Amino acid sequence: MAKIELQGLVKAYGNTRAVHGIDLTIEDGEFVVFVGPSGCGKSTTLRMIAGLEDISGGVLKIGDEVVNQREPKQRNIAMVFQNYAIYPHMTVGQNIGFGLYTSKLSKAEKQKRIEETGKILGLEKLLDRRPAALSGGQRQRVAIGRAMVRDPVAFLFDEPLSNLDAQLRSQMRMEIKSLHRRLGTTIVYVTHDQVEAMTMADKIVVMREGNILQVGTPTDLYENPVDVFTARFIGSPSMNMMEADLTGGNLAIEGVTVSGLSLPTHEGNVIVGIRPHDLVVGEGNGAGLSGSGLVEAVEPLGSETLVHLMLGKTLVTATAPGRVVPAIGSTVAVRAEAGALYLFDAASEKALGRA
Amino acid sequence: MTATTTASTELAANRRDIRPGRIIAWTLLFIGGLIMITPLLFMFSTSLKTSGQVYDLRLIPAAPTLDNYVRVLSDGRFMQWFFNSTFIALTVTLSNVFFDSLVGYTLAKFEFRGRYFIFLAILSTLMIPTEMLVIPWYLMSSQLGWIDSYWGIMFPGLMTAFGTFLMKQFFEGVPNDFLEAARVDGLNEFTIWWKIAMPMVVPAISALAIFTFLGNWTAFFWPLIVTTSKELYTLPVGISSFSAESSIQWELIMTGAALGTIPTLLVFLALQRFIVRGVMLAGLKG
Repeated sequence: MAKIELQGLVKAYGNTRAVHGIDLTIEDGEFVVFVGPSGCGKSTTLRMIAGLEDISGGVLKIGDEVVNQREPKQRNIAMVFQNYAIYPHMTVGQNIGFGLYTSKLSKAEKQKRIEETGKILGLEKLLDRRPAALSGGQRQRVAIGRAMVRDPVAFLFDEPLSNLDAQLRSQMRMEIKSLHRRLGTTIVYVTHDQVEAMTMADKIVVMREGNILQVGTPTDLYENPVDVFTARFIGSPSMNMMEADLTGGNLAIEGVTVSGLSLPTHEGNVIVGIRPHDLVVGEGNGAGLSGSGLVEAVEPLGSETLVHLMLGKTLVTATAPGRVVPAIGSTVAVRAEAGALYLFDAASEKALGRA
Repeated sequence: MTATTTASTELAANRRDIRPGRIIAWTLLFIGGLIMITPLLFMFSTSLKTSGQVYDLRLIPAAPTLDNYVRVLSDGRFMQWFFNSTFIALTVTLSNVFFDSLVGYTLAKFEFRGRYFIFLAILSTLMIPTEMLVIPWYLMSSQLGWIDSYWGIMFPGLMTAFGTFLMKQFFEGVPNDFLEAARVDGLNEFTIWWKIAMPMVVPAISALAIFTFLGNWTAFFWPLIVTTSKELYTLPVGISSFSAESSIQWELIMTGAALGTIPTLLVFLALQRFIVRGVMLAGLKG
């Protein structure tokens, strides 16, 4: 197990920079998830940690040692790939054992390790099978097994659940999480799925265009996003954003009324964010935001209904109890309590505070 | 009643399948097959005839005999030529599988300056016909003392541009994740190629091996030019020498050819699924 430190880490392809000097400390045993849209530099960063990409600038330390120039095998890390990368011409046992290819263990010891790993991952009865005869979830477990068997200082996961269906993905999330609890090994996990990030991470790193925007626990990021991008990226459905004007302590948003809010000191155009779960269908009374609008679409999910409506000139998503399904084209009233509004500067998109 | 209905439905379905186009296609294929197999049948037939019966064109010999086989097989030269052909074809095949794959893999999976240029240079050699190369090969062999040696026969074919091209195309289809996973697991680049990449392109290797083996087994022109002593003849060159002696001994030529066909037939029988797949994958004509 080891701490991983990124100090001003840069990746450049010719004159194009993919990662712009990022700083981050991943503590020993921590489960850190890099999240961001495609092309944000998260996979490149992971590959630099793995040693699969050359580092163009900065320092990478694993366990207090600078490893910039070290080959992947000298870093003692293990990686699980998006398409599993389990070798089709080898059995499950051989695939798991392949992680020990360069190990100096005796044949019997290697076999013991393979069997132990197979047992932990529920693959003990499949060790003689070929990958072609396995389900997606089992293949993913084999890939994890190959990573585990070596007892590395850290696991790197590159979008490992992207190829699985929704149900299996949810199951594997829990399995990886419980594996982390059991092994206590540092995990660096890359995904574009914010649900994966929220449900698994001890710490989330939000990236965009080669920069780290925010680092924090899932709750931190959900409750206190530093900018519009993070606010929209974390949380599902995405946070509603409405243009507004904050002048002389008065907040004016087209099509809604606000009252009794304690507003941050700022003058000018702002963006008001409201999470769909804070914007609920119903008449408003007391401090907060209220308004009404025409229903454009509804998504009944059983436990709740997502109602898409025009609030002023903005299409927003609100929530209603599962049994309430407003008709499309009808007008419904919505409200949000005081404290549920996130204010961002319209120009810089940086957070101004809650209201 | 149900059984009758099912049977009549099947019959109707079969009838629908027999279309005029299909009949024409099958007839043409049958005729084509017949044209292809006739020389082969005559070869076996002639090998069972005596010298006096050679020009009797009946397919089934009046008095079939295995004398020719006894004569050819008891002649030490034939066995030597058979060995020469086998040794040369196998060595060249192994060399092609090894070197073409290694170069193809390097061109497909490593980024380095001039990679595209090297690939184009290799590919451009495909445009030069063998006939144009024979004289330079001969002059080079002569200067280096390679005339009349196994090495002299084999060296032009030990690596081919076509094989390199074929293998490069296939290695490009191997996902990088597999190779990177092995890199993280601590394997060196040679072992990654050998243990991971090669098993993933087995159909291509099979196709390359089959075509190289057959091409070298039947090679005639270059082995004829580069060899002078009869001990180094390959089977096709040796068999042709039957006609160079006092008179053309067709029955012996056909017997030698029939024996020479056996390894080819065995290769086809053993590897026919790879041949079909290889031809389909490589877009080759056999």
